[in-house]
Amino acid sequence: MSHPTSATAEPLVDPAVHEQVMAEAERIKALGEASERLARDPVNQPTISNWLEAMGNDNPRFRQGEAPPSMVQVWTMYGLGGKAPADDPLHAMMNVLTDTGFTAVLGTNCEQSYERYLRVGEQLRVTTALDSVVGPKKTAMGVGYFVTSRSTWYVDHEDGSAEQVASMLFRVLKFVPTRAVQPPVDPPEASVADAADGPDASRFVLRPMKNRDTEFFWEGTAAGELRVQRCNACGVLRHPPGPACPSCGALDRGHVAASGRGTVFSYVVHRHPPVPGRELPILLVLVDLDEGVRMVGELVDTEPTEVEIGMPVQVDFRRVDDDLTLPVWRRTGPAEGSRA
Amino acid sequence: MSRTIAVGDQLPTWELPLTPTTVVSTAIATRDFQDVHHDRDIAQAAGSKDIFVNILTSNALVEKYVTDWAGHGANLRGIAIRLGAPAYPYDTLSFTGTVAAVDDGVATIEVTGAVSLGAHVTGTVRIEVPA
Repeated sequence: MSHPTSATAEPLVDPAVHEQVMAEAERIKALGEASERLARDPVNQPTISNWLEAMGNDNPRFRQGEAPPSMVQVWTMYGLGGKAPADDPLHAMMNVLTDTGFTAVLGTNCEQSYERYLRVGEQLRVTTALDSVVGPKKTAMGVGYFVTSRSTWYVDHEDGSAEQVASMLFRVLKFVPTRAVQPPVDPPEASVADAADGPDASRFVLRPMKNRDTEFFWEGTAAGELRVQRCNACGVLRHPPGPACPSCGALDRGHVAASGRGTVFSYVVHRHPPVPGRELPILLVLVDLDEGVRMVGELVDTEPTEVEIGMPVQVDFRRVDDDLTLPVWRRTGPAEGSRA
Repeated sequence: MSRTIAVGDQLPTWELPLTPTTVVSTAIATRDFQDVHHDRDIAQAAGSKDIFVNILTSNALVEKYVTDWAGHGANLRGIAIRLGAPAYPYDTLSFTGTVAAVDDGVATIEVTGAVSLGAHVTGTVRIEVPA
């Protein structure tokens, strides 16, 4: 897999991708304040009181008609099941970056300004604009772009005037996560090494569940061995592992080391949706092992146009870190009976 | 209602023990229904250690910290925070602060909210200083 590395001569991002990202950023910025919405409810005491209780805030002003200033964003949250509309500039820019491979997101900065305190009964309106897109930047989390949006809250008056009451700059890092658990070598450019609103980079590998039924399998891959569970009572092999033999029902179980050879029984080419930390497409194969069980895995070093049902494959092992080694598959020749 | 504020003033440390109830009740009170703030299974499947405090709550706690000290009559003008380590249940969120500047009737207070993993938030709060 090729991923942005610390190699200095290489651009962090394919210039064509960068050009596309920046062109889209300009287009979305030009929309200006968009995605205008009214708050679901006017500023109201029950919502304020719930907030005060949760925060442990006993400021008496907020029982007498004023609303806490840092609550401004609460009034225009989308709510349970709510989603950003398609014309929302931040949402649109996120989609552009997700589609170009920057799948992970992390909040990095939030700057709120309050023109005045709101009062119970006031109806808020909010707009969102794309403020800036800066990058590509190399950070401890991975290579990505800093996307800053600006939300502006207004109260509309009877005379037709719109009064700005608060605003917020919100910055996120939209990035390709650094793979595996390597401690960051370089200091982050923008202090996002330990970010608040997302998982840290070391956990971005999708990890299999290990339990008493499956740990032998992962101990095997770590040792360079492809293990298949076997019933100690009747000798039948089975995969994936489980507690009981589907053939005789016995719970007594062991395993054997497989040859690691097999043929492609079926496959899919995964092109979408994006997978954190991975470049698409990925080839996923269901392999008929010579021992007679089937196993799912990634087929590596093969183009999507090359994979064929019946193709002979051999297992290999990809060490992720001390805790995880994944079995992967490599082709060993053309499909049996192939016309090629 | 408000205290006299001078450059160099230190705010007393405020320690807030975090529980799952803290994280969930504040997320819901801020109308933030993102599952990583109330569903531990989903948060862990996404690679997080546990559910974690949402950003709207970080802002709210910064407001409380500063105005509890400055006086409830002090008007807040802005909060600018940089987001750091996640704040998980069973950790303690410890706020510290110092008055960095007082200009034209507005005090700028530097605030840090730290958890065991490091700074959860660092930033500045601007409040009006009564004449």
